[in-house]
Amino acid sequence: MYQGVRISGFGGQGVVSAGVLLAQAGLVEGKAVSWYPSYGPEMRGGTANCSVVITDTEVATPVVALPDTAIIMNEPSLPKFEPLVKKGGLLIINSSLVKTKATRTDIKVVYVPCSEIAEKVGSLKTANLVALGTFAGLTGAISIDAIASAMKKVFKRAKPEALALNRKALEEGAKIK
Amino acid sequence: MSEKVLMKGNEALAEGAIRAGCRFFAGYPITPQNEVPEYMSWRQEEVGGAFVQAESEIAAVNMLYGAAATGTRSMTSSSSPGISLKQEGISYLAGADMPCLIANIMRGGPGLGNIAGAQGDYIQATRGGGNGDYRLIVLAPFSVHELANFPKKAFELAEKYRMPAMILADGILGQMMEGMSFDFDPVEPAALKPACWSIGGARAEGKKRNMVYSYALGEGELEKMVLKRADKYALIERDEVIYEERFTEDAEILVVAYGISARASIEAINIARKKGIKVGLLRPITLWPFPTKRIKELSSKVKCILCPEMSLGQMIVDVKLAVDGKVPVYLHARPGAFFPVAEDIAVAIESALTGKKEQLFDLESLADKATLGCHQPENKPSKEGALL
Repeated sequence: MYQGVRISGFGGQGVVSAGVLLAQAGLVEGKAVSWYPSYGPEMRGGTANCSVVITDTEVATPVVALPDTAIIMNEPSLPKFEPLVKKGGLLIINSSLVKTKATRTDIKVVYVPCSEIAEKVGSLKTANLVALGTFAGLTGAISIDAIASAMKKVFKRAKPEALALNRKALEEGAKIK
Repeated sequence: MSEKVLMKGNEALAEGAIRAGCRFFAGYPITPQNEVPEYMSWRQEEVGGAFVQAESEIAAVNMLYGAAATGTRSMTSSSSPGISLKQEGISYLAGADMPCLIANIMRGGPGLGNIAGAQGDYIQATRGGGNGDYRLIVLAPFSVHELANFPKKAFELAEKYRMPAMILADGILGQMMEGMSFDFDPVEPAALKPACWSIGGARAEGKKRNMVYSYALGEGELEKMVLKRADKYALIERDEVIYEERFTEDAEILVVAYGISARASIEAINIARKKGIKVGLLRPITLWPFPTKRIKELSSKVKCILCPEMSLGQMIVDVKLAVDGKVPVYLHARPGAFFPVAEDIAVAIESALTGKKEQLFDLESLADKATLGCHQPENKPSKEGALL
């Protein structure tokens, strides 16, 4: 099993921490993982993205040039990453914010109203977790339990209520096919 | 081995140094190594060590000189332009035979360059970098795990041979997170044998004082000092070479790569092996001393050698010296802090074997493309760039 993932969105949408969570979850399941952020002269309100690799063997390249899955949380990220997804790969689009449709036909495209679902769950802040839930459900690369267990390690000061809310968001995301 | 935890490269390097007994750190901020001083700033306080955010890189390296002279395990870190600034101090540290640790989390150059990971400082690191005849022990990690565990190795080698050691990594290794663990129990500085050469406390204890200096002004004295150091360097070249080999048993072509380039190379080798190409990897872990002897041995078994580097070709110089013209040595170059793509290296492997030029650095064709005169840089510096 090998999953190279790119998660991209606005700074503040939790794309970087969603990546850390995914990597930590992979580690919980005993996989080899890596996480690599886009860093540099980024502006407040600009786009941020990160690379995550989860594999059974060894992570060679931590920079995911051609992702198996791209999770697109905002409009500017779509033209940037849609062309890079591997043939047969998966494109998860946050349709609450991204109004443009994907044009590729050789990949699976899933539109998830992440923000709407997150608000229904109880906090807009969980939109990134809704997307992670969809990723987990569709790829099987990681289990919801592993992500939930990773949350305790990544968000060390989170209250139990917040963790329960996060788990709900993951589960709602995982329902999307 | 303890359970694996997810840790960022720079933080693993800092924690690794602390656990190796480092109790003095001086540094000055620069991307992409900022997590090292940030981590040290609170962690040194926890363990009773000292952290100084110096007023400049030059101040930091001179503070390192002073701290190292007391026999304390001491460290500084920076990234390429900052390491260039530290060269004066590094030369003095070498001239005074001071064990210490310098970490360079390389970024693009020359000049201010950019802030992405690069490998353009190989020559600077392995040839000394400052003025005079000297070497540094240079360790090149290729994972967060190695970043965490190499500081101990570096301090031990530095103390054994009484000279500075460097950890040469890059922005990608520094910024990435991976599962890692520490392979050693934390070192308690008080349990280390005090250095017989260190300064401080001699008068109070009524002992003969030690001196630390990097000059020898008497006639013939400096040459004696430099030659003595040369004996030591020869011993290190004989005894302390570390490297990793993969798939070299049946290899027709050998890839030589270090650090993050070695990881892209491993993926490329997996791609090429699936196509039936017999390709092996030699990954130098000590860049100085370089695995010259082993590369020389392997060069008699392979048809050619490929060096993927994130530079215009610096390590390849050492590879060519080892090979001594026996087989062709090709370069896949990604200068300007561009991460090498595994698929491109796989193409380069095929090109090297079949005499093609695709993805190989073609020196012969370059001179014709050169532009002279009053050309301007293609891109104006961006506004954000000015903040670096």
